Amino acid sequence: MDAEAAKYIGAGLAVLPLFGVGIGLGILFGNFMQGAFRNPSATAGLTGNFFIAFALTEATGLFALVIAFLILFS
Amino acid sequence: MGMTDTLLAFLFGFFAAGPMEQFQIQTIIPFSFGETDISFTNASLWMMIGVLTALGFFTLATKRLALIPGGVQSMGEMAYEFIANMVRDTMGEDGRIFFPFVFTLFTFIFLSNLLGLLPSIPGSPHELHTFTPTSHIIVTFSLALLSFGLVVIYGLFKHGVGFLSIFAPSGVPLWLMPLIVPIEIISFLSRPVSLAVRLFANMLAGHVVLKVFAGFVGTLLTAGGVLSVISIVPLFGIVAVFLLEFLVAFLQAFVFTILTCIYLQDALHPHH
Repeated sequence: MDAEAAKYIGAGLAVLPLFGVGIGLGILFGNFMQGAFRNPSATAGLTGNFFIAFALTEATGLFALVIAFLILFS
Repeated sequence: MGMTDTLLAFLFGFFAAGPMEQFQIQTIIPFSFGETDISFTNASLWMMIGVLTALGFFTLATKRLALIPGGVQSMGEMAYEFIANMVRDTMGEDGRIFFPFVFTLFTFIFLSNLLGLLPSIPGSPHELHTFTPTSHIIVTFSLALLSFGLVVIYGLFKHGVGFLSIFAPSGVPLWLMPLIVPIEIISFLSRPVSLAVRLFANMLAGHVVLKVFAGFVGTLLTAGGVLSVISIVPLFGIVAVFLLEFLVAFLQAFVFTILTCIYLQDALHPHH
């Protein structure tokens, strides 16, 4: 196989973790919404933790993206 | 030269040459110390702009203090209260000594992220294009190392050898310790790395996505026919990503500072 082609396939494979990140964010948003709707008065207390968890989950996907960029552009 | 070619030349002369071009470090004032290159670059310029913006904003906010705050003063108070609450919630009242550090950290990261989202002035020289300092891992890693170093130094200074008890969580049975302690040490040492990479990756990815969408607009617009009309779709994509990037700029500054607070809490009270 051409080295250039392998590079693009590798970059594509490197972003596969987004699959898990998508599931994770779905669970996170779903549970946050559920908590917020069941007890609207607790929403303010949940939001801060929710955003931390959101950023931590999202970061996993971005790590994958960085690897893909490293493969593509270096 | 046909019209399409002119348009192409215009677009690609106007926009960047590729999605990664925006991260290039450009020297503005060349300066070197012996063998070391310490030139004033676009990264230094935008960090300076961030610091000056913060200085200007807080000078303005505290200039004419009124009992009923005006617009700028209430924004300044909001920023202060936001960080003060964060410090109080995570570290309690003894955490107040870290407030200046945490506040500075948040302001610097937030303004670096936010000012990097400004559009460049069309036709300005490349060195003066908008630049996001936090999209470079050396910047975020230095910041992360600063807060990590503060945790280690303050912890050792205040608690001495007792600080090492953060590696041995209380309530864990003794036979599990040989397993838990190495895990705790590794997780402690990976803190600066994850702090740095999280901020850097968010900023890098956001800006790359923006420029990739901009590239789509250019390519579709010059393709002619129906495709030129479709180019409105990635244009709205840019708007959507741009709005998301505003959220991310704030969120990543928030996450960086709150994690710093949580880590500093370990230095204050290592017995958890």
